[in-house]
Amino acid sequence: MSELIPPRRAPAARRQGLSWRSKRVRGWAYQLAAVSAIAFLAWLLVSSTLANMRLRGIQSGFDFLLQPAGFDIGEPWFGYESVNPYWKAFAVGVMNTLRVAVIGIVFSTLLGTALGIGRFSRNVLVRGLCYCYVELFRNVPVLLQLLVWYLAFTEYLPAPTEPLRAAGLFFVSKNGLSFPSPHWVPGHGLAVAGFLAGIGAAALYLWFAKRRFEQTGQQLPALLGAVALLVATTALGLWAGGSPVEFELPAMSEIQVEGGGSWTPEFLTVLLGLSFYTSAFIAEVVRAGIASVPAGQHEASASLGLSRLRSMRLVVMPQALRLIIPPLTNQYLNLTKNSSLAVAVGYPDVVSIANTAINQSGRAVECIAIIMAVYLTTSLLTSALMNWLDRRSALKER
Amino acid sequence: MGAAFTPIPARPAPQRTTGALAWVRKNLFASIPNAIATLLLGAFLAWLAFHFIRWGIVHAVGKPDADLCQAARGTGACWGVIVEKGRFILMGRYPSAEHWRAVLAVLALLTPVIASCSPRCWKPWLALVWVAGIAAFFVLMLGGVFGLSRVPTDQWGGLPLTLMLTVLSMAMAFPIAVVVALGRRSTMPAIRSLCIVYIELIRGVPLISLLFMASFMFPLFLPVGKSPDVLVRVIVGITLFAAAYMAEIVRGGLQTVGKGQTEAADSIGLGYWQAQRKIVLPQALAAVVPGIMNNFISLLKDTSLVTIVSLYELTGALSLALGSDPNWRPFKIEAYFFIAAVYFAMCFSMSRYSLRLEKRLARGSHR
Repeated sequence: MSELIPPRRAPAARRQGLSWRSKRVRGWAYQLAAVSAIAFLAWLLVSSTLANMRLRGIQSGFDFLLQPAGFDIGEPWFGYESVNPYWKAFAVGVMNTLRVAVIGIVFSTLLGTALGIGRFSRNVLVRGLCYCYVELFRNVPVLLQLLVWYLAFTEYLPAPTEPLRAAGLFFVSKNGLSFPSPHWVPGHGLAVAGFLAGIGAAALYLWFAKRRFEQTGQQLPALLGAVALLVATTALGLWAGGSPVEFELPAMSEIQVEGGGSWTPEFLTVLLGLSFYTSAFIAEVVRAGIASVPAGQHEASASLGLSRLRSMRLVVMPQALRLIIPPLTNQYLNLTKNSSLAVAVGYPDVVSIANTAINQSGRAVECIAIIMAVYLTTSLLTSALMNWLDRRSALKER
Repeated sequence: MGAAFTPIPARPAPQRTTGALAWVRKNLFASIPNAIATLLLGAFLAWLAFHFIRWGIVHAVGKPDADLCQAARGTGACWGVIVEKGRFILMGRYPSAEHWRAVLAVLALLTPVIASCSPRCWKPWLALVWVAGIAAFFVLMLGGVFGLSRVPTDQWGGLPLTLMLTVLSMAMAFPIAVVVALGRRSTMPAIRSLCIVYIELIRGVPLISLLFMASFMFPLFLPVGKSPDVLVRVIVGITLFAAAYMAEIVRGGLQTVGKGQTEAADSIGLGYWQAQRKIVLPQALAAVVPGIMNNFISLLKDTSLVTIVSLYELTGALSLALGSDPNWRPFKIEAYFFIAAVYFAMCFSMSRYSLRLEKRLARGSHR
């Protein structure tokens, strides 16, 4: 008779006690240590900051925001004057930052996309020029570029008394750029209403065109039709409102150009400096995105009989966009953050306002906190928006 | 019958596809819009070149003579300003008798950087080279030992300061970045969120706000009565800034290392730190060297911002050199072009090298 091997005993229950050998316990210990170290450091910083402030007689708190600022701002919004409180000065600074960032983003995207596509031109001059532009502008610090632009605008442009002019409508001098600005009259309200109606009509038309294409395979001129609708409704609104075309034209007085809209040299410096710098980076992003689309895609679309333009728009770009959007977001954020360099040329953005406020009120901690809060908010909002766009252009998989 | 034999005419020879003429046809005049673009751009480039040569070479003044420069103003460049002030721009307020020390210090500082760029030197002794290089830089620049006269940090400036801010901040940011990148991938929620908050907070604000913090707020952070040198404060600010960006680059490298690698390390019984140190990091860090070089380039450009908090690096030294001298103040644009060329030479050559390195490293994995 063979002996049965006795069954093995069940393994001992895992010890769940507090043992250093348990990965879970170690994890909690490390985390507790890290959090308490950070908390201790924070307490140390806060307490010594408070002690230092008491010692130096520095007041703290955000109540200074309600006191009159006492300084003028070169590019005011909502009727800011120096008797207005600090919070209004900061609001002006935020608006100036956003103004230069938004216009700069539009400008640098257009220029950067053109340059990035230009790198693929069949013409060697276009190709070479785009390459040189990109390398030249992205390898020189943006602060230096801003200083050069500022020098160019303030030293090398003609004096305000004899500006360069174009068609009697645009004037350029050391005082900046003057241009005709539309004069608001009630008739324009109808034009705006027409424009809004046009957007709705165009969206409806695009939806209809898409449905028709899906059902019958017949294509309608989608983009052309939408633009035509938009222009037509706007024109109709303008005509219904009595077609007022009123521009406030800039004109020469004895000493300088007056009237019309105007951009100061500081604004132009920051706008052009940031746009030219960022567009070099955007060009690289666009180039890399297009280059990553396999050559087979170009060839396949050509063999289907698509023209170069349509193959770019329908086949290459949708695929390239997926790679372009995340780094493009970074470039937009960089442009916004770099607009803080405006302080070097005296454009009153939020950082220069805060700098002045620090020097006047001595509330350094509060002012720097405001700067950081403003930029963090814009950064997070921009990322959220671009992530949404990114999701839309992502691969739709089952 | 009887029709005479008439051969069909010979086909014309195919168009040449090689040679200069064919190249011109293919690259400059491939189509009518292409030809128009060529003519317009060619005219523009010729105009630009003509004016630049006239301004920068034909009518330019090369001698450091302010009166000659003043006479040529508006028609020609004054390169004399670089002859006269170039040394001050490059060295800042560092005492001119001691410039040799600054040059040696820069060489000592660049040795580890150059060594790190070559995969042959990626060995443990590289860390020692870094420590030695940075120590030699400070001994030479600061002096006070070995019979060298002492030069306080407020007299440092120009290119040595620019390079020191970049190299030192990068060197100190590197270990922080590795730890933060590992922390961001950690499974422990508290540590991961601390790392994410740090990275996103720093990357969400501009460098200038950190520099303001360094110059206005750091003195308040420290125990009463202690206020470190402005240079130290700025270096701390730039290091914190650089570490956040570098952590994201390192994290990208960590993601390229497959999960199988950590599992294999687990299966042979390596602990977390052993696995990271012996298996994961060597692969991840080799992959991110080009990325770190790009980070280095952007930091080199970003150090120009310290001029806003009154440190006289390359850009600040220029304003100092020309601002204090009314004879030469009008010729700022030439000086700007000069330092732009210095920055361009450094950044462009590094970016070319990082591209080459990237290709070379990719050769192993994409066979």
